[in-house]
Amino acid sequence: MIEERFDAIVVGAGMAGNAAALTMAKKGMKVLQLERGEYAGSKNVQGAILYADMLEKLIPEFREDAPLERHLVEQRFWIMDDRSHVGLHYRSEDFNEERANRYTIIRAQFDRWFSSKVRAAGATVLCETTVTDLAQDAYGRVIGVRTDRQDGEIHADVVVLAEGVNGLLGARARLRERPKPNKVALAVKEMHFLPRETIEARFNLSGDEGVVIEAAGTISGGMTGMGFIYANKECISVGIGCLVADFQRTGRTPYELLDRFKRHPSVAPLIEGSEVKEYAAHLIPEGGYRAIPQLYGDGWVVAGDAAQLNNAIHREGSNLAMTSGRIAAEAIFQVKSRRLAMTKENLALYKRMLDRSFVLKDMKKYKDMPRLMHTNSQNFFMTYPQLVSKAMQTYLRVDGTPKSEKQKATLKSFVNARSWIGLFGDVFRFARAWR
Amino acid sequence: MKVERSVRVEDKLFCNRYLVDAGRPHIKVRAHTRPSPQLLALLRACPARCYDVNDKGQVEITVDGCMECGTCRVIGEPTGDIEWSYPRGGYGVLFKFG
Repeated sequence: MIEERFDAIVVGAGMAGNAAALTMAKKGMKVLQLERGEYAGSKNVQGAILYADMLEKLIPEFREDAPLERHLVEQRFWIMDDRSHVGLHYRSEDFNEERANRYTIIRAQFDRWFSSKVRAAGATVLCETTVTDLAQDAYGRVIGVRTDRQDGEIHADVVVLAEGVNGLLGARARLRERPKPNKVALAVKEMHFLPRETIEARFNLSGDEGVVIEAAGTISGGMTGMGFIYANKECISVGIGCLVADFQRTGRTPYELLDRFKRHPSVAPLIEGSEVKEYAAHLIPEGGYRAIPQLYGDGWVVAGDAAQLNNAIHREGSNLAMTSGRIAAEAIFQVKSRRLAMTKENLALYKRMLDRSFVLKDMKKYKDMPRLMHTNSQNFFMTYPQLVSKAMQTYLRVDGTPKSEKQKATLKSFVNARSWIGLFGDVFRFARAWR
Repeated sequence: MKVERSVRVEDKLFCNRYLVDAGRPHIKVRAHTRPSPQLLALLRACPARCYDVNDKGQVEITVDGCMECGTCRVIGEPTGDIEWSYPRGGYGVLFKFG
């Protein structure tokens, strides 16, 4: 056993773990952070968009040296059928500001940088170390971790579980359930490299301006899922994700889905001639508010993906991870400075602080959305995109048909597909879940 | 059940970096005579196509190309069909971009 005792052990060096370790180390706590990858970021996968505000709260001057790709000036949302897309684009010169609001990043590079800040703040970061179990005393209180290193048991007053979506340790110690097929999505992604001038020309960008495209529709084959295309400096991240339960039910393969998305006439020209340098897969927590587990207990707290903190509707996850990690650290520090024990009662402060933050407020707002999307996937991801595309084409094609007849035909196609009751029901259910 | 062959997953995995922990697979398939529906689902759901059927009709795993996403854990662990862990520290997939 390693005799040295720590104030806190942080498991994982992703967004939540780094935020927690940095915050506690900055406050002078004795922190040990354990990461199973060769370096921080080597096991982490994300689209990825970075929201500046949440990082600014941790590292105000991050723009000076963080590996950022492009700041986003444009957001596109595509509703797709097999041959077309209906798009909503928002582009604003306001986003060309000195302190940009959103950036694309490459996680392996970004996390490495983030981790260097954690080390600089005084935390001990140990990579290539897989935590195999939580160490618990006779009363079930968490007193440390066991790792795959020799003499691997290490003790601390509190363990921050920032172990990511798979949350092995929490499940093994029966602190929470393992993720379920209908509460996690499997996303696959490729990195397509092109000269930066080509990327800028294809996406209508200049300098470090960036664009992200989110896409939904028949590309997910009737499953609950989304595609995405993010412009980085010299590469494009192209990916698609669907619920694991849907993959299981339909027998669709993730790579075939990704390749079909890449071949779509709206996507293919953007990545044509590119060189693929990486293929990655990762789970995304999609269960929403109702899937959030117990967030604290005797000697432990859980943050980020491991706590299912992901806002799928707004595609926000890493910022919730960063914020929950920071708040967990602040709560732990408060408990420590009052010279109190790291008990369940005292660590409840973390949940109270998280309740007051945007993290749980946003999660709560969309608490009914996952269920709606998961139970109506055929309508939302197949029927409606097809109807919308047909309606747009009917509207735009000039062929001598009077406009009133076109409108009637379009309305009829919607009613035939979903019936009046179905249509009103969908609108009502959607509005209620959004409220 | 036919496994998707139109996309060459091997080519995709070829561009990834791995440090294989030879002889210590981090995922194991429980011995079986006939595969369960969950095991069969893994043939198609695994994004690295680590799962395949052998001559005897049993599902096997080769973890070398595994991206450690956990999809098979979510499907196959509750039924006891597979045993799932992370690789030892430092081993497994090493994302350059992630």
